Amino acid sequence: MNSYITLSEDEEETENIGVELGRLLKQPALILLQGNLGAGKTVLARGIARGLGVDERVPITSPTFTLMNHYSARLDLYHFDLYRLSDPDELLEIGFDDYAYGQGVALVEWPEKLESQQPDGLWISLRRISEQRREIEFRARGLDSQTLLSCLSERMAWSESEKSR
Amino acid sequence: MLLLALESSCDETAAAVVKDGRQIRSNLIASQVELHAVYGGVVPELASRRHLEVINPLVEEALSKASVNKAELEGIVVTRGPGLVGALLVGVSFAKAFAYALGIPLIGVHHIEGHILAIQLEQQVDFPFLAAAVSGGHTHLYRVEGIGRYRLLGRTVDDAAGEAFDKVAKMLGLGYPGGPIIDKLAATHDDGGIVFPRPLLKKNTLDFSFSGVKTAVLNYLHRLENPPGEELIGRIACAFQTAVVDVLTQKILRAAEAENLERIVVAGGVACNSGLRQHLSRLTEGSERTVYFPSPVLCADNAAMLAVAGDYYLSRGASSGFDLNAVSSWPLEQVVWG
Repeated sequence: MNSYITLSEDEEETENIGVELGRLLKQPALILLQGNLGAGKTVLARGIARGLGVDERVPITSPTFTLMNHYSARLDLYHFDLYRLSDPDELLEIGFDDYAYGQGVALVEWPEKLESQQPDGLWISLRRISEQRREIEFRARGLDSQTLLSCLSERMAWSESEKSR
Repeated sequence: MLLLALESSCDETAAAVVKDGRQIRSNLIASQVELHAVYGGVVPELASRRHLEVINPLVEEALSKASVNKAELEGIVVTRGPGLVGALLVGVSFAKAFAYALGIPLIGVHHIEGHILAIQLEQQVDFPFLAAAVSGGHTHLYRVEGIGRYRLLGRTVDDAAGEAFDKVAKMLGLGYPGGPIIDKLAATHDDGGIVFPRPLLKKNTLDFSFSGVKTAVLNYLHRLENPPGEELIGRIACAFQTAVVDVLTQKILRAAEAENLERIVVAGGVACNSGLRQHLSRLTEGSERTVYFPSPVLCADNAAMLAVAGDYYLSRGASSGFDLNAVSSWPLEQVVWG
């Protein structure tokens, strides 16, 4: 399984897809989130955080200003937003590699800022179809991500069939 | 005490000399806004490099403006967090070296603690009061019982208010920082009947949400057949600011009422917003509540604001060790002094 595309009808569904993914995360992972301003990256991130077990009372806020927010959960979650970076060298300064290839889950918004590097990981891109609806494309690079994506697509196909029953 | 104060948590490098946590002898901000304008946002590494370049001459200048000799200093206060670690470390390391060399005590304080106490440099506001810290990274409401005694009442659950201003300004093709530009446009335009949603306003919570307003502006722009002209951009800016100010104002007043607090202090960069100042002042006029806004230089990320808490702690014998480290996330309620 290298890629998978699904449609989300609204914010709630996007968040739920994130929850499904978060629940499946059992080992360190790198997840890269692409999409324009307002595409729903932070909504999906919130779902992933909840699925990983971040306490409901802890708000999952935008890391745009802080660059990285850290949450304690089943696996530690490092939520990055590279929007404000202008040079890949700056990643060193914020200790990016230590988190991205560490013991937790690194969730990265605006991975375009990583420039030429296309690291192994689960790449997710959100595209705006209409005000509410989004197309969500998953692409797996590397073996671990492929396994993860297979599990996720099975889960989602299953919940789809439950819904239509 | 005569203190040197240093701030370097984000864009600004700032140094100040303050006497007794009250009297500002000098308060300098090496503004980096011009450098960042090119990038449409704060550029972190640029920020820490720049901090490193300017901190020495800035401290010299702050001392000379204050007509104070290094040897006269009785302590140093520095922002310990929250913020960008690379940027914070410049101030923290400088402060440690300076304190060690001069043999004077050092204290690391919370950036937001500085903001919500800044008003005390201009006029005394008695405790307890409601503090609204509103900036690019924060939209938080606190009950302030005294220095070092803060209770969180509400906060943003997604974007900070200042961040929403920056992002909407970017969508509208305006420059950086977005707050002052939108404020200016809002003052010279009407909303032309455009209404953006007021998230969480009807709900019984003191939390904020600004991501939805940002998305509403985006949806509005997508629905347009042609790119908006100058007049329409002004109207959108006005409608956006009206929505944000409405939410901020109503939640602030609701918190003051729920906590039975007569005094309200609004602090942080967004406290400079003229729409917010006017609206909140108008709504409290003639009521039992009084709202306080620091002057613009004390709303910005400055260093003098740190001296209020710094002086209080140091003069009571509390101080930080030379193992003081910068912390990127540090909830204000976890400040354990006082």
